[in-house]
This record gives sequence, C-alpha cells and structure tokens, in this order.
Amino acid sequence: MNKIALIIEREYMSRVRKKSFIIMTLIGPLLFAGITVIPAWLAHRESSKTTVFVLDKSGLFGNKLKSNRETVYVVVNGDETKEKSDLKVAGEHHMLLVIGATDGKTEPEVQFYGESNPSLDLLQSVENQIAGELKTIQLKQAGIDPALVEKINPNINIQSKVLNEEGEKDGSSAAATVVGYMSGFLIYIFIFIYGSQVMMGVMEEKTSRVVEVIISSVKPFQLMMGKIVGIALVGLTQFLLWMVLSYAISTVATSFFVDKPVKQDVTSQMTMDKDTQMVKNKVEKTGFMKELGTINIPYIIGCFLFYFLGGYLLYSALFAAVGSAVETQQDAQQFMFPITIPIIGAIAFATFVIKEPNSSLAFWLSVIPFTSPIIMMIRVPFEPPLWQILLSMVSLVLGFLGTTWLAGRIYRVGILMYGKKVTYKELWKWMWY
Amino acid sequence: MDSIIRTENLVKRYGEYLALDRINLTIPKGSIFGLLGPNGAGKTSLIRIITQITAPDEGAVYFGNELLKESHVADIGYLPEERGLYKKAKIGEQLLYFAQLKGMSKADALAKAKEWFIRLDIKDWWNKPLEELSKGMAQKVQFVSTVLHEPKFIILDEPFSGFDPVNSDVIRDEILRLHANGATILFSTHRMETVEELCTHVVLINKAKKLLDGPTEEIRDQFRSKQFSVVTAEPLPLEALSWQVEKGNVRKEGGFLTTFSLLDGQQSNDLLGDLMRHAQIIGFKEDVPSFHDIFVQVVTQAEASK
Repeated sequence: MNKIALIIEREYMSRVRKKSFIIMTLIGPLLFAGITVIPAWLAHRESSKTTVFVLDKSGLFGNKLKSNRETVYVVVNGDETKEKSDLKVAGEHHMLLVIGATDGKTEPEVQFYGESNPSLDLLQSVENQIAGELKTIQLKQAGIDPALVEKINPNINIQSKVLNEEGEKDGSSAAATVVGYMSGFLIYIFIFIYGSQVMMGVMEEKTSRVVEVIISSVKPFQLMMGKIVGIALVGLTQFLLWMVLSYAISTVATSFFVDKPVKQDVTSQMTMDKDTQMVKNKVEKTGFMKELGTINIPYIIGCFLFYFLGGYLLYSALFAAVGSAVETQQDAQQFMFPITIPIIGAIAFATFVIKEPNSSLAFWLSVIPFTSPIIMMIRVPFEPPLWQILLSMVSLVLGFLGTTWLAGRIYRVGILMYGKKVTYKELWKWMWY
Repeated sequence: MDSIIRTENLVKRYGEYLALDRINLTIPKGSIFGLLGPNGAGKTSLIRIITQITAPDEGAVYFGNELLKESHVADIGYLPEERGLYKKAKIGEQLLYFAQLKGMSKADALAKAKEWFIRLDIKDWWNKPLEELSKGMAQKVQFVSTVLHEPKFIILDEPFSGFDPVNSDVIRDEILRLHANGATILFSTHRMETVEELCTHVVLINKAKKLLDGPTEEIRDQFRSKQFSVVTAEPLPLEALSWQVEKGNVRKEGGFLTTFSLLDGQQSNDLLGDLMRHAQIIGFKEDVPSFHDIFVQVVTQAEASK
C-alpha cells in the first residue's frame, strides 16, 4: 500500500510541475472566461457601418426607419435604375432598399440591393420596422389608437413545478439543460485528456524500459493503479484550479467590459435591434439565475465528482491496457478506436437525452457503465428517480472494477512484450495467461 | 553450504512456448554466480521469476530458507539488460524513488546515494535529467540504482555493456567490493572473460534446459583435456619422442611451441623430465579449456544429441 502511495506521489508531482500543466491551468480559465466575455464584448464593439439608401415609392416608411450603431438609413428620391448604378460605384457597406408603392392597406413589395447579401439581423430589423409601421397605419385606419395597443401587452410566465414525495418545488428545465450539458461535456473532455495521459505514461515506461526495474519492486497492478490514481488527482487539481480561476477571471472581466454598456441599453429605447436583444438576454439571464437557484448544487457537484471519477477510472484502465500492449502511437490508434466509440456515442446521444431525459433510451444509456458517466450526468439536473441513480452508480462501480481487472491482466503481460505487433487475438490470450 | 536462491523444478511457458523446463538450481550464499546460455535459452525468464516480475507455472523458488515472497524484493537488486530510467526526471530524484520502492526510507536512500555519487565522482549529475547524459554515464547511474538499497542478492544482466575499459574496471571493482561486503552476485553474460575472471560458480542453460552447473574450478577439472604446451628455445626432435604430439614446433611465444596429450597413466613431470634432455625449456603449462570452449562444446553436443 505504501508503495502505491509512492507511485501516486511521483505521478502527481512529476505532472503538476510540468510547464504544460501550468500553462494549461492558466489558459483554460482564460478560454472559459473568453467564451463568456468575448461575445458580450463583441456585441458592444464599434462595428463597421452599413449605409442603406432608401427609395420609398409609397412615402410612408422612409423617414420612419431608425438609424443605429450599425446601420444608417438615408432616404433618396429618384430613379431606381440610376440609384442602382450609383450603388455599384459606392461599393461595399452600401445597400439600396426599394419599397414599392402602397396606400397602407396592402403590403408593399420590398427589395434589397447590395454587393453582397444583407445580414439576417439587418433584414429582420427592416422587416420588423416596415411591418410595425404598416400595423400602426392600419390600426389608425381602423380607428384604433396604436398607443393603446402598445399598452395592452399581456405577458404569461409559466412556472414548471416538480411534484414528488418531497412535495412541490420549482422546476428548472432551462437551467437543468445547461448544467446537464456542461457537466456531461466536462466529463467527456476529462476522460479523453487524462485517459490518454495514462496511456502515454504507460507507453513511456514501456518504451524506455524503466518498467522492468519498477516491477522488480512492485506488482504491475500496483504500478498501473498508482499511475491511474495519480493522474486522477492531477485532473482533479486542474479542474479545481480551473473552477476557481474561471470564476475569478470572469467576475473581474465581466465587471470591466460588460456592465456599463448594458446599463445604458436598459435605458435606451425599445426597438427591435441588437440593443434590445441584449436587454432581453439580460432579463432572461436573471430568470435563468433564479432557476439556477432551484437546482440542488451540492447534490449535482457530488454526483459530478462521482461520475467524473467513475468514468475516468473505467476508461483509464482500458487506456492503460492499450498503452501496455503497443510500442508506438500508430499501433495505439487501432486499439483506441473501440474504446472511444462509446464515449463519442454518449456525447452524440446527449441532445436526445436532454430532450427526453426520462425516455427508456436515456435510462439504459445511463445504466450501462460505458455511457453512464456522461449520460447520467446530463440527466442528474432533471432529477431522475433515486433508484435509477443508485442503479447507475452501482453498475458504474462494477464496470470499473471489471475493466480494471481486465486491464490489469493485459497490462502485466503487455508491458514486457517487445518487438511484435499485437493483435486482438493475442490480447484475448493474455487475459487468460 | 547455505544457498541464497534455490529453485525446484521451475517450469515457465508462454502459450505453447516452453521457456524453462524443470530447472533445479542452487546459488550459494556469497558466490559470484555466472548464468550462461545462448540467446533465447531462458536466462531472462529465470531472472524474471527470481525478481518476481513473473510467476513460474510450476515449481518453487526459495530465498534463503523461505519461499520467495513479496518482501524479498528489498533484498534483491536487478540490473536488466535493456537499461531504462525515466528520461525527463532528475537523476537524484529517480534514484531516491527507486530505492524507496524497494522499501528504503528517503533519508537512508539520500545518505547512501550521496556516498555513491562521491565515490563514482558523479556529484554534478544529481539535478540533471537523464536525457542529458551519455549512454555510459546513464549506465553508471543505473548501476547505482541497482545497488543503492544494499541488496543481499544482486542480479546483473550484461553489466559491462556500454562501458569503456576504464569505467568497466571501475564497475568491476565496485562489484567486487559489494561481494567482499557480503553480497551474492548473479551475472548473466555472454562474455566468457567475465566468467573466467570473476565467477566462482556457473550454470549453463540452453533451450530451457540446464546443461551444466557447479563451481567454476570443478567444471574446469571436468573438461580438462590433459594437454600440455611446451615452448622450447630450439625445435624438438619430434620423431625421437614417445609422447603423443598434437602440434609440433610452431614458431610462437619467442620459441617453438609443441602441444602434447597425456595418455592415461602418464604424468606431466615425466613429460617435462624427458623433454629437458632434448631442448632448452622456456615455458611449460597445461592447456586449461577456456569457458568459451566449454560453452561451445556443451551446447553443440546438446544440439547434436537431439
């Protein structure tokens, strides 16, 4: 036991001190913070302006179009063909909007001309503005005060509630989706990154022949487990540091970049352009934060750590077995393939499971130990019945005990085999030596 | 005679392949034991069983009077033929790690390692990663890692490969020093000069079977050819002699070399006395078979008898 501790210590210390670990630990949160901060920052950046010349044959809409940070509307009067040829000269960032004649009762024909297609946002914005103005005109024609219509704007918010033995409580579909996806995906990444580190470590010891020296002191199984556990601790350390640093960086960065512009937006006018979308996002976010509050965070974190470690242990044992059987990266590929299929499969089914977290497919995928770490973790925020979670956990524990036993048998033969290409048939034989 | 290692009917198979076929072997305590055999004879399989890297399919191994068990790894040092240490790790740290895996405390390992680094004059290497060392330097480090935990039984597989003559002598002296301090040494080697120079006992295995085993001198006696070489200042009149001549009057070693075979009952003193009357004797010695010859002879015989 003492020897395993020594091996764990060496595996841990030698990795944590590596430059690549330190760099990854610092870059990870920056990327993570980047994902959250950069879109917000981009939205507030000065973008290149597009000038839209408006040729309004009806005379109803031209001066109603509102310029904003990205688009400037310039009303022109004249001949359509002349305007088109002028547009060619004007070139990039210039467009021509032609609104057909109408008396306000029928919809006008509207065409957009430009060197390239207008952005969807721009189209949407123009469509909304013309439609809105048309609506106002038609309301007036019908003798209705548009201001009254604006005022009458009922809004229903549905609250989903979960009803079970513990009574009723607020549901949290949106938050559950996000939390489920994120944790499932993290487990997926973790298994791949650290599973392949286990494989590389085993291969390094095999090809440098240091393994023969070590297993004259310890049992091959001890060496394998020491490596797996040591790397698991490296992973946990990195995960923890990522969480702390990401939180710190995004808190600082968000207050720096985002806060001021968003406040301005809230006070700005409610038009259907980007600014209002930001405001809407902000509103949705506060709703989301409220939902997030209904999720049992310690319970999720507990489950996450369990599936995180369970999934890693199950797969890293297999990765170790592959590493022991081969001498080059190329040879490793063919054995990696069947191992990665269920992991990738689990991620592929994730979307389906999110939509139907209580379907029988979701149930089976979350009980089978090869997919359960990812699939069950996606389901956990949707609060599946306790017996399903327990069943899945027991099956995962049995699963990793099984793969570890199997991997140990391959490993102890594999690490001493040199100079020949290994086939599946041989791996099978090694298991029963 | 106390034994440090004794094997009983060891059998090891890899699938269909028989690597060791009922090997009985006794390695006396305090001996320098030569494990000889052609490539693929089963030497490594035997060593791996003694070092508990693999387990035998049949038979038993005793360490001293006890059945070989896990705690015995602390008493065994093993230098594999294919040398290997961590390439990126610092040398000092690696040595401490390996010694600790053998059950030594970190403080003891550090004290012992320092002694070795001073004695072998490699102090400056302590903080260097292995990959910065030449092959010969790495071999030295590996040797230290093999013996750092002061094992009672040291297994050295081709210990001199990769060393220049100077360092080869340094390592040989260290091995002899360890032996003088009470360690039993097992050499696995193809170099017969090592065997002749150092080994007190040898065993020869070929194709999974033991062919020959015993104290070096007894084996030599067993293979004595009863041939004597005489160097004389002037040629011997061979026709006038009644002894059986193998080679006559070859110009060599500053004179004329003649080789005689003694028949049963003939004594070397009589031969010498007779020859003295015919020519001036410069040299007279028995042609003791070299281990190279014994090795080749035994292996070819074994092959032929199949």
